[in-house]
Amino acid sequence: MANIKRSPWLLHYDGSSCNGCDIEVLASLTPVYDAERFGVMNTGDPLQADILLITGGINTQNRDVVKQLYKQMPRPKVVVAVGVCACTGGVFKDCYNILGGADEVVPVDIYVPGCAARPQAIIDGIIQAVELFQQRSEEHDRLVRDMKAWGKRKPKAES
Amino acid sequence: MDREKTERLETNRSIEGKRSVIPFGPQHPVLPEPIHIDLVIEDETVLEAIPSVGFIHRGLESLAAKRDFNQLIYVAERTCGICSFQHGMGYAEAVEHVFGIEIPIRARFLRTIWAELGRMHSHLLWLGLLADGFGYENLFYQCWRIREKVLDLQEATTGGRLIFSVNCIGGVIKDIPEELLKKILASIAEVEEELKVLQKTFMEDYTVRSRLSGVGILTRQQVHELGCAGPVARASGVSCDMRITGYGAYPELDFEPVTASEGDAYARCDCRLREVFQSIDLLRQAIGRMPAEKDLSTPVKGNPEGEYFMRVEQPRGEAVYYVKGTGKPMLERFRIRTPTFANLPGLCEMLKNTKLSDVGLLVLTIDPCVSCTER
Repeated sequence: MANIKRSPWLLHYDGSSCNGCDIEVLASLTPVYDAERFGVMNTGDPLQADILLITGGINTQNRDVVKQLYKQMPRPKVVVAVGVCACTGGVFKDCYNILGGADEVVPVDIYVPGCAARPQAIIDGIIQAVELFQQRSEEHDRLVRDMKAWGKRKPKAES
Repeated sequence: MDREKTERLETNRSIEGKRSVIPFGPQHPVLPEPIHIDLVIEDETVLEAIPSVGFIHRGLESLAAKRDFNQLIYVAERTCGICSFQHGMGYAEAVEHVFGIEIPIRARFLRTIWAELGRMHSHLLWLGLLADGFGYENLFYQCWRIREKVLDLQEATTGGRLIFSVNCIGGVIKDIPEELLKKILASIAEVEEELKVLQKTFMEDYTVRSRLSGVGILTRQQVHELGCAGPVARASGVSCDMRITGYGAYPELDFEPVTASEGDAYARCDCRLREVFQSIDLLRQAIGRMPAEKDLSTPVKGNPEGEYFMRVEQPRGEAVYYVKGTGKPMLERFRIRTPTFANLPGLCEMLKNTKLSDVGLLVLTIDPCVSCTER
């Protein structure tokens, strides 16, 4: 797990965005901006994803979908809210169907501002997410090691 | 019960036993946006497709009660990030018709230029997604690389890559200076050259042809009955293009709707490719014929009173904007009907009796914009 920094996989989900941030997320993965040079890769499968990019706010219909996607991702995981709608609800905050930003249902680690968020900003968010992911996976490894050590300790002789 | 009837019942039961329902979406690798379709399949053939929508429903029409008619233009633009400018333009033109004002000619030309740039970038985006859909990742990257040139033009002229906010009620708020117009001409010439190379792959490559032609056929009759719009209708030979109705600067430009007759996925791809070239041609005409004028917007006084239906040809087809004002700053009703909504019945029809492996591709061929549809 030493070189995990080089290979986290991205999962992108469109909450209820206007599509602007979605195509910017895709654009930042294509060669002109090329976020893949930082080692990330786009995937469509939550079971193999490490970083979740959410665009758009949360509404009553997609609340459970986002929760389920987050749950399906293996630990450790990082969530990035892309665009102002995913951060706070944005221009649609007052709509009857919008509950708020992505942090209403999942813990968000990194907020990327912008309407629509620019590819440069998204890449900045992704780089921060990669670092945080490295940190978390080290913590995760330590925890696993400690637990294994705890499991191997000699039980006290019962009197 | 007689024997024949029992036999029929048993056959039915055995068919039902083979049927299964496969959920497609809401999160799916081919789609950047969530749409859910339940596919009833038997072996590998799709018998029925039942869509369910609402994953991106925001209820932005309700903001008409909370924002005044000037502010609502920014909400209208955020209906969809891909055809953002045209949404703002459709809404602004509808309100202008309610006021009964004429906007300056240069503003009409500027709107047309931005609308056509938007159409180019939308179609290039779609071509890329289609290429990704049939497994040509390199072609996908090439399309998006060309698209970045159009986005650079949009950024240079408006300041925003996707969402411009240059419309206002009564005209536009920004002008395009002479040197930028020259830059647009130079850039679209490059785009034209590079796209011609890609057109060859899309239209002549053996693999692409065998993947696209004869799949997902919609006949002219079906298009009429189901009320499809835009390139989906035009690919089946229905020549409907709302730009002919004469909004913006289109009455002063010469163009013919792009049509094809086959009605399959290949024809839809062909239509959109040729529409990019048509947009390039329209841009050249518009820049050549644009009058020099200082006025960019007509001032608006008072509040809108009355109602209007505005029809705009978006990259995906006809969009309808309805506004109703009652003399108050807030509109009483704001309604959008988007092209993808019109094309969904067509999609369900074309998915019938296709192979399961073609479903992802066929969903792409109507160019679904779920954000528009669900608003």
